[in-house]
Amino acid sequence: MIPELGHYALMLALGVALVQGTMPIVGTRTNDPLLMSMATPAALAQFAFVAIAFLALAECYVVSDFSVFNVYENSNTTMPLIYRLTSVWGNHEGSMMLWVSILVFFGALVALFGGNLPSALKANALAVQAWIAAAFELFILATSNPFLRIPNAPFEGRDLNPILQDPGLAFHPPMLYLGYVGFSITFSFAIAALLEGRIDAAWARWVRPWVLVAWMCLTLGIAGGSYWSYYELGWGGFWFWDPVENASLMPWLAGTALLHSALVMEKREALKVWTILLAILTFSLSLMGTFLVRSGVLTSVHAFATDPARGVFILAILVVFIGGALSLYAWRAPLLKQGGLFAPISREGALVFNNLFLVTACATVLIGTLYPLALAALTGEKISVGPPFFNSTFGPLFIALMIVMPFGPLMGWKRGDLLGAAQRLLAAAILSAVAAAAAFAITHRGPVLAPFGIGIAIFVMAGAVTDIVERTMVLRVPSRVALMRAVGLPRSAWGTAFAHFGLGVTLFGIVAVTAWSSERIAEVKPGGSLDIAHYRVTFDGVFNRTGSNYQDVVGRFTVLRGDELVGVMEPSRRNFPDRDMATTEAALMTRGVSQLYISIGDPNKDGSIPVRVYFKPQVLLIWLGAGFMFFGGALSLSDRRLRIGAPRPAKARQQKPKAALQAAE
Amino acid sequence: MKYLQALALLLMLFATAPSWAVEPDEMLSNPALEARARAISRELRCMVCQNESIDESQAPLAHDLRLLVRQRIMAGDSDQQVIDFLVSRYGEFILLRPPLSWNTVALWGAAPALLLLGAIMIVAVERRRRNAAQPATAQLSAAEQARLTEILNSETAP
Repeated sequence: MIPELGHYALMLALGVALVQGTMPIVGTRTNDPLLMSMATPAALAQFAFVAIAFLALAECYVVSDFSVFNVYENSNTTMPLIYRLTSVWGNHEGSMMLWVSILVFFGALVALFGGNLPSALKANALAVQAWIAAAFELFILATSNPFLRIPNAPFEGRDLNPILQDPGLAFHPPMLYLGYVGFSITFSFAIAALLEGRIDAAWARWVRPWVLVAWMCLTLGIAGGSYWSYYELGWGGFWFWDPVENASLMPWLAGTALLHSALVMEKREALKVWTILLAILTFSLSLMGTFLVRSGVLTSVHAFATDPARGVFILAILVVFIGGALSLYAWRAPLLKQGGLFAPISREGALVFNNLFLVTACATVLIGTLYPLALAALTGEKISVGPPFFNSTFGPLFIALMIVMPFGPLMGWKRGDLLGAAQRLLAAAILSAVAAAAAFAITHRGPVLAPFGIGIAIFVMAGAVTDIVERTMVLRVPSRVALMRAVGLPRSAWGTAFAHFGLGVTLFGIVAVTAWSSERIAEVKPGGSLDIAHYRVTFDGVFNRTGSNYQDVVGRFTVLRGDELVGVMEPSRRNFPDRDMATTEAALMTRGVSQLYISIGDPNKDGSIPVRVYFKPQVLLIWLGAGFMFFGGALSLSDRRLRIGAPRPAKARQQKPKAALQAAE
Repeated sequence: MKYLQALALLLMLFATAPSWAVEPDEMLSNPALEARARAISRELRCMVCQNESIDESQAPLAHDLRLLVRQRIMAGDSDQQVIDFLVSRYGEFILLRPPLSWNTVALWGAAPALLLLGAIMIVAVERRRRNAAQPATAQLSAAEQARLTEILNSETAP
């Protein structure tokens, strides 16, 4: 009964989406406020129905209803509740349900909090949102129905893929999808603006919070996935330039560019046409990522869904939405008026530079990902495009971007002072040179370029700090005044500084761990030990441990630094009898922001065990930096001008305490 | 989700194989030679895997290729000779860094070309707009213009 209810609710959602996708547009064409106002309740109803469908599926997993094929395939009664819940999206059908749920969730948010939007813009945007929802609801109903029943229900389900039985599954996919799908809102707003044929700075102000939310979630989602693969894979790699990873990186790059160009548009009314194009491209890349991963076109190994019908269906969605959007853009964009002239050396100029490099980096990743496919289709020749290619093309672009980045916030709008900015960055530059020299002196191995990488990372971090120092004048005025200035700074300024600082932190981590990791790989007998970095790791022996649906073969290691006992590490091989699979559960010990990393293989007959021990210096900075970026985004999001839709008038600020006093009386 | 599924499926494929990436018994006792072997391994693709180098892969083929690389190094080959040997056996598909050729000119040239094109376009657009030099105003209705003035005044007031 519950699955049928969910199935039915999903069909109703499709029905509502069709209404939501047409009536409000008719309303804006005929100037009928009644039809336009249908968008809001329709978006809420749409969300309610999809939520019912999603909860119905979750309920099937919670009660282990194995008469539902999807539950039977991906769940098991011995799994803990948390994994039964997360396995809802640990499979193709369920993950598409999550995709649509998040899509309509964002639609409902716009309906609820879009009170200050012009009614025509809101109606059009929600209608476009409904088209996307309708397409994917149809996709689920037609090709990937999660509510399919089995006539004779089995007593026990198959297991969830063991590698997905990890807390990471609870966090990573929803976060990533919040980011991916969040960009659908900017897409819808862009299309709405094109339909209306007009756009202004206010558009950017309405859209920027959504870009920020999506960007923040995508940042955390990518970082979370990177950390998950880091500890799960057993050798501590954190980024592989895998096509599926690239599929999530591309919307992030385009989204970051969008975040910055929308800023120019909001403040200076410039780059309007370009911002619209970026909004379309960002979501198109999200859609393409969905297609690449879901259709199996990239590789047969990656494909969750080998059913060609699904691939063709998503390809059709892709062609209709991207093709349609770009055609509309080509037709309507020339009608949009440009505004806001600026000198090449200015804040706008710096942001244009940012956009140029981010978009080129994004295109490089796109071309690298698709090139082997295209070449094979055109000439039949097979080539590989792997990490060495991406490192040597993407790397320089990003390094250039990072060197220029600290200058941006220090430049004035319209006409900037490059020399002045350079002077203010002098301290940061000296600090970075010292850091690079120190890195060069301390480390006597690793790539020659690594100290330069450290220098750039420090420059970026110090540059972000410089921005705040300059704005608060902390060294030039009494500290009390500086503190007041710091409190008075717009939160978006703090947000910029934190996010930029975070990028420097991440770069520092990447450079350090890439250049100066140490590893020891050996067969070790009980009592034997390995020396790595400053640590001595001694293998004590193996023992068995039983979990709810797995058995662990655990290796016990004692870690010494000099004569001091630092701790005990217990990596294991985890066997899942239900699927006859084993996973490597690495043990990690955090020392400051560095980590000691041990993973083991299956024990040999003579009692020895293959061991890989790594020392990963500063590795945690990679993800800590992402945390800074997220926090910066959150600060920026809480800026009054985005929350309320208007900056606080200076007059009101002065009168506020008085008004408050009067109110208190 | 995305690449985790990939990892999941990759690991699933090789779950029955007890090996994982470089194994202790494969390694050369001479650290300098072993370092060379590792560096070469990172440039070579495990051909049955998806985008994994033989240094990272757990597949039996990767194991064989790692041994082969080390054999060639022990036989006195230079790094380039080892790579050439593997290319002659398996084709250019094995190289994770595709060599520059007519087939890959567009691939390698893409980033600089796009950067240049973008820069030229920016300059061109900027020049055209500067020459046009007409005051850019949004077409607002009279009511909107009034409202805008009101908002602007309230914002910029001291």
